[in-house]
Amino acid sequence: MDGAASWPDAIHRALSELGVRQVAYVPDAGHARLIELCQADAAMRTVVLTTEEEGIALLAGAWLGGQHGALLMQSSGVGNCINMLALNQTCRLPLLMLVTMRGEWGEFNPWQLPMGQSAKAALALAGVLTERLSEPAAAYDTVRSSGTMAFEAQVPLALLLAQRLIGAKTFR
Amino acid sequence: MTPSSSEQFPLRRREVVKTLLAGRGDLLVVAGLGSPNWDATAAGDHPLTFPLWGAMGSAAMIGLGLALARPERRVLVLTGDGEQLMALGSLATIAVQRPPNLAIVVLDNERYGETGMQATHTAHGVDLAAIAAAAGFPLAGTIRAADELEPARQVLRTQPGPIFYAIKVRAEPLPFVMPPKDGAHLKDRFRLALLGPAAVAALPER
Repeated sequence: MDGAASWPDAIHRALSELGVRQVAYVPDAGHARLIELCQADAAMRTVVLTTEEEGIALLAGAWLGGQHGALLMQSSGVGNCINMLALNQTCRLPLLMLVTMRGEWGEFNPWQLPMGQSAKAALALAGVLTERLSEPAAAYDTVRSSGTMAFEAQVPLALLLAQRLIGAKTFR
Repeated sequence: MTPSSSEQFPLRRREVVKTLLAGRGDLLVVAGLGSPNWDATAAGDHPLTFPLWGAMGSAAMIGLGLALARPERRVLVLTGDGEQLMALGSLATIAVQRPPNLAIVVLDNERYGETGMQATHTAHGVDLAAIAAAAGFPLAGTIRAADELEPARQVLRTQPGPIFYAIKVRAEPLPFVMPPKDGAHLKDRFRLALLGPAAVAALPER
């Protein structure tokens, strides 16, 4: 794939090939391009959420109905999901989360650090496996392999998209 | 503030749920944690009912994911006022998606029934059906009387949704009637009944 500008396109292609039909999201600047690609994809239903844990429940319902889904959020949303992840542990439900990281790699906003720095550990405590994507060139392979593991080994898995990949946010 | 006297409400939840599920056909049902789960089970445990034992706040959104995945089937979510109050945002999310095959029924006894019958917000006047209507549900209402139930059952089975009913039911202690509680089993039996053997034995359907 060609450089940093195209990694969201690579993720979209991987989601499409994984058979993802429902894409739930609380927006993040780092997910903006991917959300647009999913909205433009007639095979995908995008569902905007008021809070991230709605997406855990939505995709549990999608799986009961025979569809694959993906949940897009920022690392600050991870904490909102914790109790709802009981669904995935007790029902052995697959889940693919794509989490754009804040609170690392040049973060300017101290309020992002508490959840950003604890997101991986919080997910682990809730029984969610984590993978990390830092290099744009690895986007396709990493999403494909993460999704295969989530859907076929039937586990909840969060792919953390490093702030280094997205670029540190500024208000300039 | 003095809460309402929902101990005096005429409708009884077990009878309400039995009426709503009568002749359920190919209806898909999600039953929220606590009393709605026991009510649905008392009406008859069924593989196409997904009864929740936890994950409070999830029932309506599970119904949405299911309704979007299976547009040819009708989906009924039975939940309580406590759970729906925890997930008010989900009413906004559902209204935006506007699934025609989804109905949410809140069995509103104005109490947290599993924890000592403490008053919920609806006991103090919070109107869940008005919130659903304001969010954009095309059909939302509150039911208080027995003669409204059969017409409601017809609406739930036939009218384009999303539909929201708050059914005011008596706050009363009732015997537990419990379904299986292993989540993986409940998931697999639902998928087996809905999607067939391939959904549990081999690669899932895409």
